[in-house]
Amino acid sequence: MFSSSSPGSKKDLETRLLAFDDNLRTTTMAPILRSTPLAALLVFQISLFFFASTLPISSGTEDSYTITGRVRIPASTAIGHAAKFSNINVVLNGGQNITFLRPDGYFSFHKVPAGTHLIEVYALGFFFSPVRVDVSARHHGKVQATLTETRRSLTELVLEPLRADQYYELREPFNVMAILKSPMGLMVGFMVVVVFLMPKLMENIDPEELKRTQEELRNQGVPSLSSLLPASR
Amino acid sequence: MFFSFEEKKLRKVPRFANACGAITTTKKGAIPALPSDKKTLACSSHDLLFFQTKAPFSLTRSVKKTKPANAMAMALRLYLLLLVFLSSAIVSFSLYEDQVGLMDWHQRYIGKVKHAVFHTQKTGRKRVIVSTEENVVASLDLRHGEIFWRHVLGTKDAIDGVDIALGKYVITLSSEGSMVRAWNLPDGQMVWETSLHSAQHSKSLLSVPVNLKVDKDYPILVFGGGYLHAVSPIDGEVLWKKDFTAEGFEVQRVLQPLESSIIYVLGFLHSSEAIVYQIDSKSGEVVAEKSKAFPGGFSGEVASVSNDKVVVLDSTRSILVTISFVDEEISFQKTLISDLVEDSGEAEILSPLLSNMLAVKVNKRTIFVRVGDQGKLEMVDSLSDETAMSDSLPVADDQVAFASVHHEGSKIHLTVKLVDDLDTVLLRESIQMDQHRGRVDKVFINNYIKTDRSNGFRALIVMEDHSLLLLQQGAIVWSREEGLASVTDVTTAELPVEKDGVSVAKVEHTLVDWLKGHILKLKGSLLLASPEDVVAIQEMRMKSSGRSKLTRDHNGFRKLFIALTRAGKLYALHTGDGRIVWSTLLKSPACARPSGISLYQWQVPHHHAMDENPSVLVVGRCGSDSSSPGVLSFVDVYTGKEISSSDIGHSVVQVMPLPFTDSTEQRLHLIADTDGHVHLYPKTSEALSIFQREFQNVYWYNVEGDDGIVRGHGMKSSCSGETADEYCFTTRELWTVVFPSESEKIISTLTRKPNEVVHTQAKVSTDQDVLYKYVSRNLLFVATVSPKGAGEIGSVTPEESALVVYLIDTVTGRILHRLSHQGCQGPVHAVFSENWVVYHYFNLRAHKYEVTVVEIYDQSRAENKNVWKLVLGKHNLTAPISSYSRPEMFTKSQSYFFPQSVKTIAVTSTAKGITSKQLLIGTIGDQILALDKRFVDPRRTLNPSQAEKEEGIIPLTDSLPIIPQSYITHSLKVEGLRGIVTAPAKLESTTHVFAYGVDLFYTRLAPSKTYDSLTDDFSYALLLITIVALVAAIYITWALSEKKELSEKWR
Repeated sequence: MFSSSSPGSKKDLETRLLAFDDNLRTTTMAPILRSTPLAALLVFQISLFFFASTLPISSGTEDSYTITGRVRIPASTAIGHAAKFSNINVVLNGGQNITFLRPDGYFSFHKVPAGTHLIEVYALGFFFSPVRVDVSARHHGKVQATLTETRRSLTELVLEPLRADQYYELREPFNVMAILKSPMGLMVGFMVVVVFLMPKLMENIDPEELKRTQEELRNQGVPSLSSLLPASR
Repeated sequence: MFFSFEEKKLRKVPRFANACGAITTTKKGAIPALPSDKKTLACSSHDLLFFQTKAPFSLTRSVKKTKPANAMAMALRLYLLLLVFLSSAIVSFSLYEDQVGLMDWHQRYIGKVKHAVFHTQKTGRKRVIVSTEENVVASLDLRHGEIFWRHVLGTKDAIDGVDIALGKYVITLSSEGSMVRAWNLPDGQMVWETSLHSAQHSKSLLSVPVNLKVDKDYPILVFGGGYLHAVSPIDGEVLWKKDFTAEGFEVQRVLQPLESSIIYVLGFLHSSEAIVYQIDSKSGEVVAEKSKAFPGGFSGEVASVSNDKVVVLDSTRSILVTISFVDEEISFQKTLISDLVEDSGEAEILSPLLSNMLAVKVNKRTIFVRVGDQGKLEMVDSLSDETAMSDSLPVADDQVAFASVHHEGSKIHLTVKLVDDLDTVLLRESIQMDQHRGRVDKVFINNYIKTDRSNGFRALIVMEDHSLLLLQQGAIVWSREEGLASVTDVTTAELPVEKDGVSVAKVEHTLVDWLKGHILKLKGSLLLASPEDVVAIQEMRMKSSGRSKLTRDHNGFRKLFIALTRAGKLYALHTGDGRIVWSTLLKSPACARPSGISLYQWQVPHHHAMDENPSVLVVGRCGSDSSSPGVLSFVDVYTGKEISSSDIGHSVVQVMPLPFTDSTEQRLHLIADTDGHVHLYPKTSEALSIFQREFQNVYWYNVEGDDGIVRGHGMKSSCSGETADEYCFTTRELWTVVFPSESEKIISTLTRKPNEVVHTQAKVSTDQDVLYKYVSRNLLFVATVSPKGAGEIGSVTPEESALVVYLIDTVTGRILHRLSHQGCQGPVHAVFSENWVVYHYFNLRAHKYEVTVVEIYDQSRAENKNVWKLVLGKHNLTAPISSYSRPEMFTKSQSYFFPQSVKTIAVTSTAKGITSKQLLIGTIGDQILALDKRFVDPRRTLNPSQAEKEEGIIPLTDSLPIIPQSYITHSLKVEGLRGIVTAPAKLESTTHVFAYGVDLFYTRLAPSKTYDSLTDDFSYALLLITIVALVAAIYITWALSEKKELSEKWR
């Protein structure tokens, strides 16, 4: 904590800190890693021991290694403008290194120290999951990779898009149903029902009762449509 | 009585709700009918409330009513319901593909050119390959200056050299000579990439063989990091490497004589000994080595004058040393510069690659020195002007030419001469040049064979404002404003008001044309249009509504974005089409070219001084050091003319706009210098008297990031001392927050935007609860991280790193809130608006990025919910809000995963602050994502209740969604994105968004859709047709009904 870890090196600082103490609100956020992911991570960690042998081994000298991987974009989902490899960037650790793809889709990061890294692929029109890459110092740069979005571990560093992104809304083709379903359409529909079905309902009513109600209405003087308009009667 | 100011505010809430309800019920149909604030306020102020007459719940007149609290809540609920009804669907940005370019524009740049290589073969497109200071490698069309392809390398991957190999690959050397890449010349696809071993920092050198034969015998030679590598141009394989690290050897020149397998490598050892290695180009074996010590020591660049001689300056920069190294022995020959020219001084070798000729800059003069056969130097020519020179270029018949450009008045003179014979002028051209481009910085020339078999020359020049121009046949063929690739600060400005008598652009020609146009639009929106119609619609849209006019419009959609660039040039960009309205290069009497720092709105007349044009303040400094003297420049926004510029005689550390303006609406600014004094601007007695009135209430703070200290200051007294004037003040230190350097390091600080508008302090939830936002302008957000975690991801384990964020009151120095994230690290990108902070950081445990929101609420006002207290006057709403008081506050926070790295975050801002906000997240993929603030709301729960759902609370998910349609940049990239600026339009629903980096991007956003105006797509034709149809129907039914009545009467 801030107040406890700072030694009272200066006198004025000390008083300052005392003044803070009572209104200092300290909240330590619980990491939002919830129980299921934790378990999954644990399972993943264990499973790594079995997978390890099939994972690619990076080359390099004692302290720095090379991570090599491949980006594969399924041809069927390619949307015109984005399918070219020349527009794809691969980013290591949020911008520490940026590299590009070779014609065959391979990329490599050089001089990467052992540790846990993050690789992201940016291609217009596609969404790639970031990849957690563990470069092991003990196993001479053995690489273990996991997709952070789906928590799926990869046996080899081949990255495929999670989905193809469509940046534009698609215009609905002209559709009678769509127009009918719109508020305007519903209103018109209701009017049609009233105009054509109400008389049918009226027919079922006892004629004497109808007459009486009409009488009542006339007495109240409800104007008819024709009386509303000028030059009627 | 208790009808205090605060209560009035409270009363506004139900009034506003009522008004909204009233107006909404009067508007029917499919149009979203949430009224504009203006209308609502007008409605509530005139007491024209629809509900007021019969509804029991208008608090304003209902003191006697029994359940006013309930009533108020009902009103609020109604309002909320309306809001929910209008915004229940999650509004994403969403754009149809045919709407691209209607509201947005995108400009592609490359930055200031460092190297240029021409590729002008007889067949195929003529192009020039450039590398720039923004780490861009690009291929430009030589005819029109368009970009064929470009790649933006990483920020730490600066390009050291670029060349073309084998006639089909572009070779770039970057990262201090440790990374070689080859790009396919036609399409820019990377072909191979090789990482070279490097052990130390050193200058780097790229040498590509000139012959076009595909032959491994001629490798690319790269020196960098103490190693010399030979790389195969075909596949990037390292053929051999030679370690020079142990000797401290620095390679200066690599020579590959044609038809020879021996490479000569000349270098200096500790700058005092020249060594030449002869290396076999096939094996990398050192064939021979010779060395000779030079007691004087060398300095600077070597200039290679012929195949066996180089010229270098000695350490005193007053002697030119000619070194011949190919023969048996290395020999030195010294020539004093004072022997060549009379007024000698410190010399600098200008152009290193002129054969047998040397250009030396002495005392602002350029002298040409010829190197004789025996290494003898003689001066042949001199130019008094500052001259830019090109590299030498072989032209026909073994001759070598070079170009020089110098200024004379408003013209530049381009001269191409033969190196051997300076009297032979191959080309002499004078070109009119815009004064605001400054001087010529760099020249690259290229020749072509004209139809009459003579040589023609084209010159690519880089100006002082970073612009790039191609000169050919005495004219500027094309120009690119590359200064805009390095924007440092942006502000907005209004356009002039349309004067009476100035004819408005032709509105619509005739009613028939107007209707035709709208029917065409209707067809388009119903997808019934033929391809020709679509083209016509697109054309109509682009032309429509005079969006590029140079006058103010009713909705505030037309504006100017004023951008300051690193070169010290100011550009005004029109929001309508992105064109440059004016540009001006800053000048200063004290130094030739001040560098721009920041931009402020100086004078924005809107109540007084209406006849004066608005102006901006540009703060710059002479020199790169923070203690160098500052320069203030005032620029008229309408014309782009510099009104005045002054040297202020003190340094500029911090510029603080004050919330006061004088009678001519000039804003008061305080400028702090390195001595701890502050200076008041403008220097007028009126400004002084305004400032003196508020003297005690002015506080400021500064952050010393390296020491981990935040200091707060107050004003003390006027400066004493002889040089001080009455506008200078001393300050006293009020408080200090010291972060322990062993555990915390400041990585990010942030405050609210000073001009942000907050519409309401109260936030009402559906459970009839009122939360009061803690809206203070004096809050500082500070993020610290453990020193170990300050590095890159992957350099630290979760246990070693912790991220702590603080909210500090900048008046009292009180820490209001502290939040620590264990196992997290930076970089932190944050945005602070109203009462909330959203920040993005990296969680090492989950190995994912996280976004946390912190909202701050005022506890002391939370008790005022009981209306009886209001009635009896037992509330504290009348208590003055003071910056000195200790606020009772509480915070709510929540964290989410975010699947992308982030470069910058901004937030939308609207005129009145009513419209809901969107976060604008600039991702590392150089796209901008608009994310609704509702996604980062700490009140989100896993299972929101019905009431909460009505309020619009989204069920909690562990990560924030990325909806591809909400990328406001749609299928574009703002390469090298650095910042996002938002500015409100006059229309409350709309905000301007301007993003800058290497590219520029502008769009207009409506975070809650344009609820206060009809969209451009609104089909007037449909409306008109409907009305006509209705009228027709009425008459037909009337006729029918009359007929029926008649027949009934006859019966």
